[in-house]
Amino acid sequence: MAEALEGDPDIDVIVGLGTEDPKIALERTEFVRADQSYSILSRIVRATQVDTILHTFLVVDSTRMKSRELHEQNVIGTMNLLAAAGAAGSSVRHVVVKSSTLIYGSSWKDPVWFREDAARSTPPSTLIERSLVEVESYVRDFAEDNPHVTVTLLRFANVVGTDIVTPLTRALQLPLAPCIFGFDPLLQFVEEDDVVRSIEFVTRHRLPGVYNVAGDGRLPWSEVGAICGKRLVAIPPVLTGLAAAPLARLGVELPREVLDLLRYGRGADNRRLKGTGFQYRYTSAGAVRNFAQAVRLSRAVGSRLPSFRYEEDVEQFFRHSPAVVRGSKGVS
Amino acid sequence: MSPLAHRQPIVEVSQPGALVHLPRLAPEPEPLEDPRLSDVDEWGRSERMRDLVRQLYDPIYRRWFRAEWEGLEKIPTSGGALLVANHAGAIPSDAPVIMHGIESELHRPVYGLADHLFKALPVIGTLWSRSGGVAAHPENAYRLLREQGALVLVFPEGTKAPGKHYSERYKLRRFGRGGFVEIAMRAGVPVVPIAVIGSEEAMPTVAKFPGLARMIGAPYAPLTVNMLVMGPIGLVIPFPAKFRLRVLDPVTFDVPPDQDRYSRSGIMDHAEQIRVAIQENLYDMLKNRRSIWFG
Repeated sequence: MAEALEGDPDIDVIVGLGTEDPKIALERTEFVRADQSYSILSRIVRATQVDTILHTFLVVDSTRMKSRELHEQNVIGTMNLLAAAGAAGSSVRHVVVKSSTLIYGSSWKDPVWFREDAARSTPPSTLIERSLVEVESYVRDFAEDNPHVTVTLLRFANVVGTDIVTPLTRALQLPLAPCIFGFDPLLQFVEEDDVVRSIEFVTRHRLPGVYNVAGDGRLPWSEVGAICGKRLVAIPPVLTGLAAAPLARLGVELPREVLDLLRYGRGADNRRLKGTGFQYRYTSAGAVRNFAQAVRLSRAVGSRLPSFRYEEDVEQFFRHSPAVVRGSKGVS
Repeated sequence: MSPLAHRQPIVEVSQPGALVHLPRLAPEPEPLEDPRLSDVDEWGRSERMRDLVRQLYDPIYRRWFRAEWEGLEKIPTSGGALLVANHAGAIPSDAPVIMHGIESELHRPVYGLADHLFKALPVIGTLWSRSGGVAAHPENAYRLLREQGALVLVFPEGTKAPGKHYSERYKLRRFGRGGFVEIAMRAGVPVVPIAVIGSEEAMPTVAKFPGLARMIGAPYAPLTVNMLVMGPIGLVIPFPAKFRLRVLDPVTFDVPPDQDRYSRSGIMDHAEQIRVAIQENLYDMLKNRRSIWFG
């Protein structure tokens, strides 16, 4: 994300905040390590006088951490972030929150498409969904209490891409991809690039409100398997959780919310964001194909290709070489 | 992860050692194509699957039920319309007969709305969805009718009709709370009522087991004549009753579409009028029926 923002000459200062060091080299982002609940945020906001906060640390994959940590990061982290943004004398004028369409759940009572104002069909049953519901309610309260701050809430569909690892992408890299017997749900995907581009887009245009971010179209899980060149192996429709448990040994843990998804699917209406002028590069199927190609390529060359665009050597050259002509207009 | 500042556009001040931005690779990338492999649409319907089902069902439609239509020309050939029919038989044959009839005669796809429960069933739910079934959610119906101008079939009696005893045949149940009228009003489409006879006799219920139904979570658990005559296979095989279908005059509503709320009493009035129209036509058709099997 920071990498994409660096390309924007209108942005002066970028401060990155995370619990781990960034995985890619960043050109001009100052990075600060935070603890899990982002408690130092208010001091950073005060010190740097930033006017925009991109809240992208919400965890939407419950296999990534223990429930305790998840609560700490999602709920407490968000509270700290919003407290920092809403503190007296705060310079923050725009908050962008990255949430997930997981908030709609996945049940047999669902409509085919969820619009942004649609309610869940069933009460949230998993910890991750409950934490997202809680986080979004804080965000709503914050927007109400701080009318001078533009609040953007983005809900992302299942993200696929060259770098991101989720239970679904792990499942699609097994020799046989799991499915639930008798069910072929319609899923929706969004490509990593589109995720970054959409955050950039709403940041630049200062769009207030809630937006679904999801590729066009829904496609059956069997077709997802076919695009990735995988055969599906069925796990029984009853006691599915038990049957899926051994998969965890293969490194593919399928938590409850993912099993629900593999049973009923989910669709999020993406027209509100499109209506503001945002253009998706990938459809749902396109995103899956791009993912499949990236997997094949990395298998063939043996490792992940570096996907970042920042070239440190070139930068060093620009920065220090006397050969670079420096005029009053800068270098194009 | 990154709080960031957004003050003034950078004025390019270049001093030796100053930071120089690399140009962006592509300013605004073009959208890429959509590489779909199957023809399953957003509703889960596959035209290929639907074709196959039509081929398999055609002999049943023509030879078994010998379905005959009256007033088929009243169904709009373009634009959305909500088809509303009476519903009967433990496993109702009216839904496939209506869908098959309209699709093969008018060559327009029909989306059949049914209880969400279907979606929760393995295999059956998937087959049902691939062959044109959609869960009866108001949001789904609105989108199909208003935005996609599709034909949508709905049975307003819901599961109360196929669950009723044979002694109550051709007595229409309450048309829900008139939700179908409200959807048609909101979508700005006509309601086309259809009266069907034959479906009651195709699979008559002679006994009901509400306790069993509650236990397995089904809306009803019937004992049908088919089961008594044919054994377990009678669970799914209907009798060859003669099907007659009559399309009634489309009902249009004198209200603007896309309102937040419509008058409750207006909705209930219209729903009741449509119910009465179907009921009267059923009696009229039954008056002229000489034989259950030969019509």
